[in-house]
Amino acid sequence: MSISNSVSHDGMRTSMFGAIRKKYFATRTDIIVSSVLAVAVVWLLVNVIDWAFVNAVFGAGKREECLAAEGACWSVIASRWRIVLFGLYPFEEQWRSGVACLIMVIVAVLSCVPYFWNAKRLTVLWLSGFGIFYVLMRGGFLGLTPVFEQNWGGLALTVFIFAAVCILGMPLAIVFALLRRSELPWISRTMGLIIDTIRSLPLLTIMFTFAIVSPFVLPDWAIGDKLYRVIVGYAIFFACYQAEIIRGGIQALPAGQEEAAKALGMGYWHRVGYIVLPQAFRNALPPTINQIVITFKETSLVTIIGFFDVMASGRAASGNAEWSFAHVEVYFFVALIFFVFVFSLSRYGAYLERRLGVGRR
Amino acid sequence: MIAILKNRHVRDTSFQAGFVGALIILIVALVVTGKSNLEAQGLTSGFDFLERSTGWRISFSLIDYTTSSPYWLALVVGLLNSVFLGAISLSFATFIGVAVGVMRTSGNGMAELIGTTFVEIFRNVPLILQLLFWYSLLLSLPSPRDAEPILGAFAFTGRGIYIPGLNITGLSFFLIVLALVAGASVSLWLSTADRFKAASVAVRRKWKFYAWIVTAIVVIATIWWGRLPETAFFSIPEHRGLNYREGIRVSPELFACIIAISIYGAAYIAEIIRSGFNAIPAGQGEAGHALGLSRWQIFTRIRLPLAIRIVMPTLINQYVWLFKATTIGIAISFTDFFMVVSTAINQSGQTLELIAILMGGFLVINYSIAWVLNRVNDAIKLKGTQLRI
Repeated sequence: MSISNSVSHDGMRTSMFGAIRKKYFATRTDIIVSSVLAVAVVWLLVNVIDWAFVNAVFGAGKREECLAAEGACWSVIASRWRIVLFGLYPFEEQWRSGVACLIMVIVAVLSCVPYFWNAKRLTVLWLSGFGIFYVLMRGGFLGLTPVFEQNWGGLALTVFIFAAVCILGMPLAIVFALLRRSELPWISRTMGLIIDTIRSLPLLTIMFTFAIVSPFVLPDWAIGDKLYRVIVGYAIFFACYQAEIIRGGIQALPAGQEEAAKALGMGYWHRVGYIVLPQAFRNALPPTINQIVITFKETSLVTIIGFFDVMASGRAASGNAEWSFAHVEVYFFVALIFFVFVFSLSRYGAYLERRLGVGRR
Repeated sequence: MIAILKNRHVRDTSFQAGFVGALIILIVALVVTGKSNLEAQGLTSGFDFLERSTGWRISFSLIDYTTSSPYWLALVVGLLNSVFLGAISLSFATFIGVAVGVMRTSGNGMAELIGTTFVEIFRNVPLILQLLFWYSLLLSLPSPRDAEPILGAFAFTGRGIYIPGLNITGLSFFLIVLALVAGASVSLWLSTADRFKAASVAVRRKWKFYAWIVTAIVVIATIWWGRLPETAFFSIPEHRGLNYREGIRVSPELFACIIAISIYGAAYIAEIIRSGFNAIPAGQGEAGHALGLSRWQIFTRIRLPLAIRIVMPTLINQYVWLFKATTIGIAISFTDFFMVVSTAINQSGQTLELIAILMGGFLVINYSIAWVLNRVNDAIKLKGTQLRI
């Protein structure tokens, strides 16, 4: 039955009606399932739209109207969005924080352009972008008032931690992967033990160890700021996961590639730099993007160990007595920020996977 | 001298010795600094503190715990809570995930649309945000005074969810769970192990039937033995005064953790299941169709078993990863293993020892999850020429 129904009625030309019919109402079971689900979806959509738009209150500072209205109170976002995005950053200087975030977003978008897909250009792009970000945020010259890391917050802090972890973690991951793959048994075994141990620990415990515990075991000169300790810990964690991804990419290479390089008399660094790693990264691109997506999402964990990232500043925005009833709206807003970044990155990853045709060379 | 440096054997050995030696020196240096720093604060190192009594409360515990209990018991409570939360949320995540994964590959446009929306929403928002969202939603439920019970037995209040339960001791509850797990493993073992391949299907089915009978007897006996004296057999939540009495109270913290981790995990598991279904050669389903099997039979007998076998290795990694995600409970003060350890560090100051226990605990749990599931995978995976994918 399903086969006869899936042929469209007007022969070769598939009309829109036929396509819908084939997709949603192919068999009797499909008709029932589709109708029931459609009713549920419509009911849900109507309720959500009612809440989010029809009965909602827009515009800044309308607390009283919010309390009276049944729908969402977007007024809290209009009044407190600066807290969510910039945290404790001084009010007059918040444009700097905004511009800095924008620069990092541009850097991220630019690294999706094929022109930048080689090690040198990517390194220059990210390091210069990060440098400008840091200078803008920190200030202290060119007439910019200095703002110390303790006062950074909101989206800028999230972006800073994320970018720093990627910049530190990626080279570390390459080193880890090469050590893990070393022909010398003791080096590869020790590295394997370290990677496996760190991978089986939750990120939260790593962050906690580096933030709270490491001051006890480090000599005084090496303690540094809590923020940088967490970044180092997160970068090591990231490197351990990324190292396994790179190793997977290396293992997928045909053995002949490296053997041919050896036969040509290339040394270790030439082989690794010109033959192995470029192809390994191509193989490992989809899981690498996936890992970067996860890293960005899990940056939000720093809120637990007391940093004022976008997650914590979102809670602070609805944390005062004035707006405490509107926490759901603020959560939606923060979720939207994350969703936009993460969703576009993961869609880009899926597109890239199709385009490169990894595994179908 | 140069000849020695050029000798490959000498060079390799010195590289390795240098690498391992440097690591050992680093670790020893860290521990020595840590010890001297802690001793400067008047703390003695060693694991003697485990016998001291804690003096702090734990809000949720499966076993008896008081403020005068020793540290090791507090750690056990935390570990049990973590495992408890992990077991519940991973099971829910699997159910929801498989359902959504099936929806996304069902061929019905509407179901695919819903499944895709579910996955994209819940996979692209950080877990901690989802957790805080569910938690604030649960806390904003009506207070027990105003909450009406649903179906006379379930009550959703801002102070927790009340569900009916049995009046039995915690120990017997554990034994029941253990018996059920043992029964399930024996039946899985009987149907997959090579040792029983010689026996016919009917004989194996009979053995499995006996195994389940024994399990049922053990469960019933344990329930009878574990009954709390002088109470009704069923414990049903009742509205009394300002609060609910009887029944089982699921705290908002635990419930929020379960919802958040189940849904977040389900979104990931759904993607894995979908990739498994997509990896099945189309000929498998078509052959079933040609043999006259119904859609339901093709799904349950051919596609689902194949998909599970294909995705098992990926699923194992996902389970380990999700179990680690349960540490997020600390954000809403659910007393899991990590929370207990960090409280213990605050209270006792035995930092290094407790961090070692924390890492050891997670290593043991994660390696056991991976070990058990890998054994399951070895037992059920397609062997030899059964199917080449």
